[in-house]
Amino acid sequence: MKYISEYRDPVAAQEFAQTIRRITTRPWTIMEICGGQTHAIVKFGIDELLPKEITLVHGPGCPVCVTPLELIDKAVQIASRPDVIFCSFGDMLRVPGSKEDLFAVKARGGDVRVLYTPLECLKIARANPDKQVVFFAVGFETTAPAHAMAVYQAKQQGITNFSIIVSHVLVPPAMEAILSAEVCKVQGFLAAGHVCTIMGYDEYFPVAEKHKVPIVVTGFEPLDILQGIAMCVAQLEQGRHEVENQYTRSVKKDGNLPARALIREVFRVVHRKWRGIGEVPESGLALAPEYADFDAERRFGVTEYTAAESPECISGDIMRGLAKPSDCKAFGTRCTPEKPLGAPMVSNEGACAAYYRYRRAELLTVGKAQ
Amino acid sequence: MCLAIPGKILSTDGEDFARLARVDFGGIVKEVNLAYVPEAQIGNYVIVHVGFAISVVNEAEANQVFEYLKQMDELGELGELSPEAKAAKKEQ
Repeated sequence: MKYISEYRDPVAAQEFAQTIRRITTRPWTIMEICGGQTHAIVKFGIDELLPKEITLVHGPGCPVCVTPLELIDKAVQIASRPDVIFCSFGDMLRVPGSKEDLFAVKARGGDVRVLYTPLECLKIARANPDKQVVFFAVGFETTAPAHAMAVYQAKQQGITNFSIIVSHVLVPPAMEAILSAEVCKVQGFLAAGHVCTIMGYDEYFPVAEKHKVPIVVTGFEPLDILQGIAMCVAQLEQGRHEVENQYTRSVKKDGNLPARALIREVFRVVHRKWRGIGEVPESGLALAPEYADFDAERRFGVTEYTAAESPECISGDIMRGLAKPSDCKAFGTRCTPEKPLGAPMVSNEGACAAYYRYRRAELLTVGKAQ
Repeated sequence: MCLAIPGKILSTDGEDFARLARVDFGGIVKEVNLAYVPEAQIGNYVIVHVGFAISVVNEAEANQVFEYLKQMDELGELGELSPEAKAAKKEQ
């Protein structure tokens, strides 16, 4: 496919690896923010092409993984109501709540549907005026314009039997939290190319300046990631800490202005709790007061509920770049994609699931994970 | 979750927030909302996420990955490494 296959060329990948080896003189730890990049790195073995001095750590950029446990429980509660048609992207259905997941609700006969786009909810709501249609609006900045459009159009069209559970998080405050923590190993970042396609990259200049870290906006194909790493290493070796854009075929400095305008119309920036990390100030989105009628938590009265995490899961350390999935004692034994202890093992893009899918044979046989 | 893939616009219909396109992803054709890329035209490649085009692929920039590689190769042949960097390399 055009704009995909040419960025997977193995010969060019080797040339990039050589370039990186040539310019690397010291150990560096680089974090890729986005779970999609983590997945590509492990799938294509990009980390194994790199010189031993370069360590890639995997960031919190999997919205499924950072959605708090209590929000999953709330979704299960709402989806269990007989008057609700509950809609979601597919990857939320298997995320375990305290007691059960959304699949269990579906298995009991609940009307739980997997949608490709949130806009489909409006059609479903019109076709089922006696039901409440609820969408589980999980995502980073990339997905916010789609959810904003669904809510905006519902209001314009007077659709009242539609609402969303908002679990929207923002990347720059999470980077700030990782860099400001007492222990931080990250020396450079690959920023998420599709998040920046929407938001641009102005927000990263103060982060790079304050913490003296290079930030390279990076795409998702193997050559994109290798080039992003090369640009980041070049900055580190030269003592620079700038914001650079590798993914120029999609990302403009100001991002996508119509999308940003609709996000501003429908959402407000709020404090958000990240699973495994805790509350991060001004790190998420909630519906603006003018659109509060579309808030499913309010509509169904589940705002006050909280839940406790499994004590054995080290996902918080993994998402802050302090540990790798292979450091977890439960990896591949007490925690598997079929029976996950924490969300990074559930979602396709979670770091633990990526290691389990592509690396478990070697990890379990060499006894790194018992 | 932020997965977005490029596809080619085959046709468009409607306007403003209801402007839709048929987009070809290597043989699979899907309906895509063009509300956020008003500049997109038939024949353009758009990057699509959950049913919305979020950018038009900039064809002039699409080759920069390979140009970067070429530049780095040329720099390598010119011996761009600083003396300190070379010394550090040798020590390893």
